[in-house]
Formats: sequence, structure tokens, C-alpha cells
Amino acid sequence: MIEMQGICKTYRVRRREAGLGNAFKSLLSREYTEIPALRDMTFTVPDGQILGYIGPNGAGKSTTIKILSGILRPDSGACTVDGLVPWENRKAHVARLGVVFGQRSQLWWDVPVMESFDLLRDIYRVPAPVYRENLNRLTALLDLGDLLKTPARMLSLGQRMRCEIAAALLHGPKVLFLDEPTIGLDAVSKLKVREFILEQNRLCGTTVLLTTHDMQDIDALCSRVLLIGKGRLLLDGDTAQIRAMAGEDLSTEEAVADLYRCFGI
Amino acid sequence: MKKYWSFFKMRLMAGLQYRAAAMAGMSTQFVWGAMEILLYRAFWAEHPGQFPMGMEALSSYIWLQQAFLTLFAMWNWEHDILRSVKEGTVAYELLRPTDIYSMWMARSVANRLARASLRMVPVLVVASFIPAPYGLRLPASPAAFALFLLASVLMVLVVCSYHLLVYALTFYLTDPNGLMVLSVAAADLLGGAIVPLPFLPDGLRQFAQLTPFGSMQNVPLRIFSGSISLAQAPSVMGLQVFWIITLLSAGYLLTKKGLRRAVILGG
Repeated sequence: MIEMQGICKTYRVRRREAGLGNAFKSLLSREYTEIPALRDMTFTVPDGQILGYIGPNGAGKSTTIKILSGILRPDSGACTVDGLVPWENRKAHVARLGVVFGQRSQLWWDVPVMESFDLLRDIYRVPAPVYRENLNRLTALLDLGDLLKTPARMLSLGQRMRCEIAAALLHGPKVLFLDEPTIGLDAVSKLKVREFILEQNRLCGTTVLLTTHDMQDIDALCSRVLLIGKGRLLLDGDTAQIRAMAGEDLSTEEAVADLYRCFGI
Repeated sequence: MKKYWSFFKMRLMAGLQYRAAAMAGMSTQFVWGAMEILLYRAFWAEHPGQFPMGMEALSSYIWLQQAFLTLFAMWNWEHDILRSVKEGTVAYELLRPTDIYSMWMARSVANRLARASLRMVPVLVVASFIPAPYGLRLPASPAAFALFLLASVLMVLVVCSYHLLVYALTFYLTDPNGLMVLSVAAADLLGGAIVPLPFLPDGLRQFAQLTPFGSMQNVPLRIFSGSISLAQAPSVMGLQVFWIITLLSAGYLLTKKGLRRAVILGG
């Protein structure tokens, strides 16, 4: 169960006008601009749900994920994941959490994937039988096979993403955060990743929070969708509702752009 | 504890890959060691009585220094760690249930051991066949050798603790380069990297010995060569322990505070 209650987060960004004079001026006094990333964000996700989290760039999606995974502190508001406050009980919290960032690798770059997996086993203290079982299941479902012997830097994007997802699930987390997991993938890899997420959710009851710009991801996976813009929650509904608002097939870019436009974001 | 051991193993294995760098380093160290000894010999031949160390002790000091260079060298930074702190991606390490500072320590020690183990043996073997007083001689007693080993362990911990403090300070700096250059220069002069500390003038010598840099290579190399006597060793090694505790706790607190305010933008 994920609960977010009135979470606010503001970034402070240093600004100055261009030019040498202004550079000197900024040595004496610095100007900051406050950029609100999240304003009063409130929602609840029950166990076992696949939740889609959508919104344009800069809407606050990644900020939410970072707060929920305990690597960013909000300015105010309350948040618990399975009863733990992420940034206060960090170690206990992340031990039962899996996170995949589509744009950055969590595997060790120069060593075969299998070595990364073994290191993760030690980090999360996964008992040997559980580890073996999880590894076998993930290897079969994600079709990893020979990839495990290859250094991460030599994998293609699609192969790497499958390994990243496996790496996030080796310790059998109850909650999985996926931040743009299908970004840059070809059609076959996308289908495989989607199929796997559904399977994982069905078999293990894993709660999945998915951020993406790909409406086909949302359509294929999510039973519920949150739409956010400029740091606010704009819509909490199911895919049918979103589709009705968009007025036509969600898979087109125009429909999504129209949807954002009608919320003024 | 097991997970930090695994980090250690992982880094050690990665470090053992660099065979070409080890070969290049080794030949540099032979030439460098020989040149230094020739240089000191010229001074020594002129006024043997005015030398603050015996020529034999000095030769042992220089050869050991060449053999273990990467074990204590200040310039041997873990650039991955520096980069992760500078770019803020260190926050992603928080996604795993580990203590970042312990992980940094495991990685730093492993990196040094890996690099040193690849190149120390040939230098040690060859140097021990060079005739006296220009070769490497074993310490006078087994006790001195045991103290040398213990002081070496402490030295690695002092150097790594110092490095960890620099990584921690990187949270508060736009760029750590200035601090790194200063550290290397200070360690060269005050740590006995260029000139062994007994050769420094009065005042500067005593000051250098009290700084953390004086607790680095200076201690084990001089215990080995007999320039620090068995009676002096406990107080010098006590100072090493003091610096390990001080540097580690300062860096640990700074990291804790730095991570609290670390904000990753974008993504």
C-alpha cells in the first residue's frame, strides 16, 4: 500500500543574467528562483495494482518516483510505503523495493551481468534457494540465457533493459517502480517487457508504478491512471476514462497532446 | 558485512584487468627508483656523516616506495566515486540497502590492493638482488617486520580515509579538482613522497610528521628501513590510528549531511 498525502517539493535554482558584469554581481549576491515540482500531491495505491503515471515533461513524475524511493526528501507532506516513510527508514524500505530507471543503468558496466546479479544477492541478503528460484524464473521469462555471461556494456538496449528488470526483481520486492522502462526499445522488446510486467504482477502480486510517455504501455498494462501536470494531480481514473477524454485512439501523439491541452498543461 | 566484502571482491577483480598499465608502471618504477638512488648517492658520497638516514636504509625506503606506490599514492583516486558525487548520481546508490561510506571504503581499499599486487613482486625481487648499500634489505628483526606490516595496514586506512573525506567534501564544492591538486602536492611534500621526512629541515619535519600526510607512507617505509626505531613505533602508529578515526568520522558526518540535501535535478 502506497500512500501520499499533501506532498510538496520545490527546487531552488540559481539564476543570473548572461554577461561578465552579472557574473561578478552573482559573486556577491545570488538570486534563486523557486520551481515548484510537486504541489499537494495526494493519492493511494492498493497492493497488487499496476498504476500508470503520466504527464508531460517537467510535470513531476520523476520527482514523485524519487520521493517514493527515498532518495529525495519532500518539503512537506506525509508518505508511507507499506507503513514505512521512505526517506526515514531508507534501508528497510529499499530492501523490499525494486526500481528501474529506463535512462540509467544499475548494472556494473565492465563485468558480466551474472556478477552484478551475485553482488545484488549479497547486497539484499537473498537466501540461496530463493535466489536460485528467482533467477531461474527471471531467466526463463525474460529470455536471458547467454546474456548473463556478457558484460553489461556490450548488451544492446533491449537486452540490457531485460537484465535491468531482472536485477530489480532478484530480491522479490513487493513494490516495483518503473521509470520509462520501454524508452528507446524496438517493438519486439517492448512487447516482451510488457508481457513480463503483467506476468510478474499476476504471479507475485507485485504492485507496479509505471511512468511513461508511451500510451501503448498504459493501454496494455494499467488498470488505473494518474494524470499530473505542473506538479498537480489532474485526473485519477481508469484507461477507459482517459480514452474517452482523448476522444479517439490513445496511441496517436495527437490524442495525447489534445488530452494535455484540455487540462491546460 | 558480507555485502561490503562482495563490493571489495568486485572492485578487486575489475582492478586486476589492467595488465598493460601494470607493465608500464613497473618499468617506470625501476627507472625512477634507480635514478633516485643515484641522485642520493652523489650527496652521500660527498658527506656520508651528514646524512640523516643510512644509505642502506634510504635504498630500502626508495625500493619499497616504488614497489608499493599505488598502495599509498595520493593521486590514486576512485574517479567513479568522485564523478557520482559531482553529478549527483550518488543518490541512486541509496536505492540499495547499503551504507555508502562503507561501500566507498571497500572499493578504495580493493582498488589499491589490486593495483599494488600487480606490480610489487618484480620490483621487490629485483631490488633485493641489488648489492648493498643500494638494494633492498630486510628489517633488522622479525618484530620490526611485524610492525611494518601492521603500519602498512594502518597506512592504507589513513590514505583511504583521507580520500573518503575528499569525496565527502565534493558534496559541497562545484568542482573537487582544486582540493585534489592541493592534496597531492601536500602529500608529496609532507608525506615523504619526494624526499623522506628525515631530510626536511627542523620545524617543517616535526610539523609534517603530525599532519595526516605524515601518517601515510612515511611510517611503514621508515619502520621497515629502521629509520623509525621499535621504541618510537607505538607512538607513531598511535597517531595513525588517531588520524583514521578523525578523518573517517569527519567524512562520515559530511556525507550524511551532504546526502540529506542532495537533490537530483532532471531525469
